[in-house]
Amino acid sequence: MKALNALSGYLRPVWGVLALLAVWWVIWAAEVANPLLLPSPQATMLSLWNGMVSGDLWGDFLSTVKRTMAGFALAAAVAIPLGIFLGSTERLYRSLEFVIDFFRSTPASALFPLFLILFGVGEAAKILVAAFGASLVILFNVAYGVMNARQTRLLAAQIMGANKLQKLRDVMFWESLPQTFVGLRNGISLTLVIIIVAEMFIGSSDGLGHRLVQAQMLFRMPEMYAAIFAAGALGYGLNWASLQVEKRVVHWGGK
Amino acid sequence: MANIHLAEKPATVTAGVVPEPVAEGERNGRTLEERLRWFPPNTHITVRGLDKRFGAEVIYDKFDLNIPRGKITSIFGPNGCGKSTLVNIISGLIPYEGGQILFDGKTLDETRIGYVFQNYREALFPWMRAVDNIHYPLKLMGVPAKERKRRVDALIESFDVPIDFSSYPYQLSGGQMQTICIMRALVVEPEVLFLDEPFSALDYEMSLLMRDRVQRIFQERGTTMVIVSHDLEDAVWLSDYVLLLTRKPTRIAEFVEYDAPRPRTDDTVSDAKFIRVKKRCLDIFLKEAALR
Ligand SMILES: Nc1ncnc2c1ncn2[C@@H]1O[C@H](COP(=O)(O)OP(=O)(O)O)[C@@H](O)[C@H]1O
Ligand SMILES: [Mg+2]
Repeated sequence: MKALNALSGYLRPVWGVLALLAVWWVIWAAEVANPLLLPSPQATMLSLWNGMVSGDLWGDFLSTVKRTMAGFALAAAVAIPLGIFLGSTERLYRSLEFVIDFFRSTPASALFPLFLILFGVGEAAKILVAAFGASLVILFNVAYGVMNARQTRLLAAQIMGANKLQKLRDVMFWESLPQTFVGLRNGISLTLVIIIVAEMFIGSSDGLGHRLVQAQMLFRMPEMYAAIFAAGALGYGLNWASLQVEKRVVHWGGK
Repeated sequence: MANIHLAEKPATVTAGVVPEPVAEGERNGRTLEERLRWFPPNTHITVRGLDKRFGAEVIYDKFDLNIPRGKITSIFGPNGCGKSTLVNIISGLIPYEGGQILFDGKTLDETRIGYVFQNYREALFPWMRAVDNIHYPLKLMGVPAKERKRRVDALIESFDVPIDFSSYPYQLSGGQMQTICIMRALVVEPEVLFLDEPFSALDYEMSLLMRDRVQRIFQERGTTMVIVSHDLEDAVWLSDYVLLLTRKPTRIAEFVEYDAPRPRTDDTVSDAKFIRVKKRCLDIFLKEAALR
């Protein structure tokens, strides 16, 4: 009975997926939508499967993963130390806050032309524009995490004789980690969004974004839907993976 | 701030021994009278002319206080009268506008102190195991790993409490967490231990257990302790002196002595002397707390 309950717990999300597929199938079978625009679920799934196995969708998928990881790693490497530094000198952060908020609110896509001029149409422009957008989100969260460090812990460290650097390293850094991870999760999602859009519009010969535009132009609908699902799975997977890492690293979070 | 270092234990002032006037008279340019004002025998902490304001609100105005050596002094007074503020000023956590505070004539920077916060959950480092929390202050002092382990192990042995020291703070009960906090404060062998409402976040049973634990520590080590309490029973039960404070601007209402022998037990609270002292403290408190 218990095992059955556990099993039904695991299977619960599957019902939603099955329901979606069923509704999709019914709409397709009843020809409510133009079948040219909405292929059957089985045709789409077959295209997804073939694309992944034969390798061309898989190749585009990998290219997008690589660019996303590169952009994200770059953003994190710059934004985490900078965020800790700015957060620990609150007055400096306050004077930069407007600039950070402004660029954080600027759609990264609005910066494409600028990055194109600065870095050309190669890999660099795509990765850098994504890293730029994500780094501001991460920076903002890290700095706030540091600024909102639990006062009692800082006082405890101070009483024990910690100097400024030790307080930063041993308390503020750790205190900011939960908020840092919020930034990292938002950052990685944003990186993926920017990379896919960049693959669509900044001259690209591979990647999911490129594939989507190709499929659209050639009117290969099952292939396009397959690429959409691949992108969705990637986004979901990245989010899931960062949650797992977060749970391990910030094991004290929410306790 | 509190530059903790392994200074020699300060020489103890023998009770009642007044320094020779001729020999000591002019030392450091201080007259005997002035020296006694600063270092009355058996005093550990001297607070002189303390001024503290929060904005326009005056908390302390030319406040003087002697805290005795090797005793437990409880601080009791109306809510918001400045008990925490006093302890935080003495331990260097918050600045003050005027006055001077000395420990045996030394400044705070020359003194090793320990501090136990009310909110143990927010005072411990949840990213470190309990044992590493206790190690941490020694690490800051630069004690080598081997020596650190020896000292922490000895401390754990002397405490003899059923705590899994390899667990993380959030896996422990409130009483266990506060015990870890106390151990973390004690591991550096502080000259003075401050505790700000250490039991008030614990349930009643646990607070009885913890005050007994604090008494045992005191009997074993004789460390000067200053405990802020909002529970008069705890305050009297634990202490040699109860410092009763008035409403703001805060003055000393009374410094009540309670010299019942230790160890005090659960029966102490029904002892005639305990009841008398507690009643006396309560009367003064009620008079001072009354709205005027
Ligand atoms: N950081 C602060 N800023 C402004 N006022 C404060 C601050 N800390 C304490 N106070 C005020 O000082 C008074 C004494 O506070 P406190 O020492 O915490 O009282 P208690 O005796 O209850 O421990 C209170 O009136 C409180 O409102
Ligand atoms: Mg208080």
